[in-house]
Amino acid sequence: MSIDADEVAQIAHLARLAVNAEVSQAHAQNLSEILAFVERLGAVDTTGVEPLAHPLEMTQRLRPDEVCEDNQRERFQAIAPLTEDGHYLVPRVIE
Amino acid sequence: MQWEAVIGLELHAQLATRTKIFSGASTAYGAEANTQACAIDLGMPGMLPVLNERAVRFAVRLGLALGAEVAGRSVFARKNYFYPDLPKGYQISQYEIPVVGTGHLDIELEDGSRKRIGVTRAHLEEDAGKSLHEGFTGMSGIDLNRAGTPLLEIVSEPELRSAKEAVAYMKKMHSLVRYLGICDGNMQEGSFRCDANVSVRPVGQLEFGTRAELKNLNSFRFVERAINFEIERQIELIEDGGTVVQETRLFDPDRGETRSMRGKEEAHDYRYFPDPDLLPLEITPGFIEEVRAELPELPDAKRARFAGDYGLPDYDAGVLTSSRELADYFEAVASSCGDAKLAANWVMGEFSGALNKAGLDIADSPVDAEALAGLLRRIVDETISGKIAKEVFEAMWQGEGDADTVIADRGLEQVTDSSAIEAMVDEAIAANPQQLEQYRAGKTKLMGFFVGQVMKASGGKANPQQVNEILKQRLDG
Amino acid sequence: MHDRTIAELGAALERGECSSVELTRSTLDAIEQAAELNAFITLTPETALAEAAAADAARARGEAGPLTGVPIAHKDIFCTEGTRTSCASRMLDGFVPPYDAFVVSQLRAAGAVSVGKTNMDEFAMGSSNETSWYGAVRNPWDTGTVPGGSSGGSAAAVAARLVPGATGTDTGGSIRQPAALTGISGLKPTYGRISRYGMIAFASSLDQAGPMATTAEDLAIMLQAMAGFDRRDSTCVDQPVPDYRAALGDGNLRGLRVGLPREYFEADGVDSEVARAVEAAVEALREGGAEIREISLPNTGLAVPVYYVIAPAEASSNLSRFDGVRYGHRCDDPADLEDLYKRSRGEGFGEEVKRRIMVGTYALSAGYYDAYYLKAQQVRRMIRDDFARAFEEVDVIAGPTAPSTAFALGAKSDDPVQMYLSDIFTIAVNLAGLPALSVPAGFGGGRPVGLQLIGNHFDEACLLGAAHGYQQLTDWHTRRPSLEG
Repeated sequence: MSIDADEVAQIAHLARLAVNAEVSQAHAQNLSEILAFVERLGAVDTTGVEPLAHPLEMTQRLRPDEVCEDNQRERFQAIAPLTEDGHYLVPRVIE
Repeated sequence: MQWEAVIGLELHAQLATRTKIFSGASTAYGAEANTQACAIDLGMPGMLPVLNERAVRFAVRLGLALGAEVAGRSVFARKNYFYPDLPKGYQISQYEIPVVGTGHLDIELEDGSRKRIGVTRAHLEEDAGKSLHEGFTGMSGIDLNRAGTPLLEIVSEPELRSAKEAVAYMKKMHSLVRYLGICDGNMQEGSFRCDANVSVRPVGQLEFGTRAELKNLNSFRFVERAINFEIERQIELIEDGGTVVQETRLFDPDRGETRSMRGKEEAHDYRYFPDPDLLPLEITPGFIEEVRAELPELPDAKRARFAGDYGLPDYDAGVLTSSRELADYFEAVASSCGDAKLAANWVMGEFSGALNKAGLDIADSPVDAEALAGLLRRIVDETISGKIAKEVFEAMWQGEGDADTVIADRGLEQVTDSSAIEAMVDEAIAANPQQLEQYRAGKTKLMGFFVGQVMKASGGKANPQQVNEILKQRLDG
Repeated sequence: MHDRTIAELGAALERGECSSVELTRSTLDAIEQAAELNAFITLTPETALAEAAAADAARARGEAGPLTGVPIAHKDIFCTEGTRTSCASRMLDGFVPPYDAFVVSQLRAAGAVSVGKTNMDEFAMGSSNETSWYGAVRNPWDTGTVPGGSSGGSAAAVAARLVPGATGTDTGGSIRQPAALTGISGLKPTYGRISRYGMIAFASSLDQAGPMATTAEDLAIMLQAMAGFDRRDSTCVDQPVPDYRAALGDGNLRGLRVGLPREYFEADGVDSEVARAVEAAVEALREGGAEIREISLPNTGLAVPVYYVIAPAEASSNLSRFDGVRYGHRCDDPADLEDLYKRSRGEGFGEEVKRRIMVGTYALSAGYYDAYYLKAQQVRRMIRDDFARAFEEVDVIAGPTAPSTAFALGAKSDDPVQMYLSDIFTIAVNLAGLPALSVPAGFGGGRPVGLQLIGNHFDEACLLGAAHGYQQLTDWHTRRPSLEG
């Protein structure tokens, strides 16, 4: 699998990453190499093998429905880039 | 050409848990912005989700109520996309394996017949926060209080054939989730939301047409109007030689039309994959039985019981069980006053009318079930007539006290003393010799005239049955 | 003083040979003198001295444990309340968390004194510690070489005897590989043994915190404090924590069944010096009474490609939260929302992080999911099953930790695939969720070589016992670099 600069741009857009034009070509080459490297998996016969998402096959633990978090807005917003009136601010979202 | 609409609904019910689906922050509505968004809800680095037991319990309740298969093992996945109200950059949802599998819901059509609508699945997921576009100069403000609130997304089969059917299905589901106590159903606050997939096809064609997804349907009325508009739009478009495109359309309630969101949304590639921070959710048969044991009586069973035990007409039983609150109210009135039919008439009539007029919920009614039962008992024991009872009810609604207080204060107690009634009857006959003559000549329907005269003379308080009997004696005698 | 082991320091503090405050001061001095290693991102002298004073007071009250008053350092991936936690990224350069990671609070509760935050590869993505926004870490054995990664700062700090122990995280070898390259001991516990709460995620199904120190005994002391159940991490396992130090025993290796995977010794690209050192280590184990058996892990060669699908896929999603909205780097004057996202993330992340996000995004995207992600998860099971079969026959599996000794700075930075192959022996362990450690096992060309021992799930005690036994027979773990420069 070979990735070209256009595909890098598409992937970068999906991942919301600004990618410098100079390194875009390098990324394309690196990504192609990495994908070529992982493509050897394609040759493995995995018929009937269940995918393994977690190393230990445990099940989800449940939490009692009890409020255990209090309001820490001031502390959280003290480290926020831009807030107003208790809200996080972003450039106007058009809907 | 004859056209047929094909509609499927995706309903989002906010689960009535105390805390978020993956954090211990409160879900109470209406708090100040971001005061109920904890580090987990904010997607802070190193924070991890832990699943709320009650959210799972609620999902199982719905599954059982829909006769659906509850998955012994279901998986949470990440739906990846960037949006400011989605703090982690992904929504935790169930994708390939939902907690609730195929089930069904029976709805009643206008002609009284029933139709079974298939439910494809219901899955647990987290809600997003809210973006506010007003009040911040040139910016949008983000409030993440709602982020992480548990949602159950309930997906129907595309088996609804009209806007009316869609609304009937939605109303039934709305009633069901409230019966189950898993959702408060408050549509103004967004606790119960609807997206509709609508397509049309020539009658008789098996394949589905291309569908549009309608969003922003915040009330039953909007759902009906939006679907009707969309069906018309698609038919006209096709008949004019155009083709329907698959897209999301926003309902504009002010203009009563749906609008394409094309250009404002890009092709999505959500990159779903199992959330590695969560493990497969295992639901044991024991847990399912535990939930089954705590299920309340469901609407259809309650309706059958009302019809059977109280001898109510099926229609009345249907109206009274349309919501759990109404059914509970009726049962309280009926058992306290001892006359179920009388209770049914009053609850569906005066009481529901007064609520509607005042725009109130049952919980906010100024006349509670015990008070109404107190009034009905006075009809049963003939202290007042049904007609006077309406006046008493009106006074109770205005806060003048309970039935006995109003009756005493206003002197509305029924006259049952036969000698007093006899005197009034004699007076009425004496005052209307002409009518008496006509009556005796065979115009017996003048009986009503005399009853009216006597009731008028008594200020409506004379016992109507006694008035009838005594009049008959005197007139015929 | 500061150059002793945790066990020795605990005893010295107990005997009153010095106070924790004195020890902490000398530790801070030593760190300052070794600034050229660039092992630390942030030092916290004030809080360290306060914690030391509190530790001395606790000892005076008779409330001291083996870690009370002992200086340690935390990898800068663990959130520390009130102290910058950068993950070695410009993205989090100014990030001061309002909470402590589980590991941090556990070690504090055990009385350990945290002197600062160690350097690392950015978001733990790297095998050489060259991807840090704060610059590369130098290997104290040869400052022209890398210390390995991603826990390179912790490894260099322990190797240079600046601190007796430090925390690390291991997603594909990030504790063991730098431990090997710097000649120290490092343990990656079983997945789920230590809570991930407050540890900034790289790949959630692979990440695991662990201790780095000079001896197996010190690893046992640290693990004792770090392990424990935590409800806040759904993947943390509720299992009793054994007494690891007691389980070290007397170092007797008799009866220990050690498996040698054929594939590890046949692998291409293993330096002959590394192979020789590891063979000698195996010989030492045999002489110590261990029974050596040849085993097979047939899917060994697939571990790296599986890892480089799964880890970037999880990372691409885990790192989406860094969007410039609620914390972290935000670009100047964004034109619109998309610009805010793209420039904040483009400026905040380094090239290797971006590369992995893109690989992961691609592997999960429509049309490729089955071919990459699902396939990788299937092969992951095959790799885990290989180990399960092996552990029916043996107690531990031995082999090299890394295929080579420390390489020169810059040697592999332009060739990601070559860099990824540095983790060929460590990665399978994370995929299978097993515990494994690396212990010093000699030198090649003057640079340390690591012996990796892999254990069965939750059998850290056996693993630590084997490593302790080996360290009774050898003295590689006592060798230290000279730092005259």
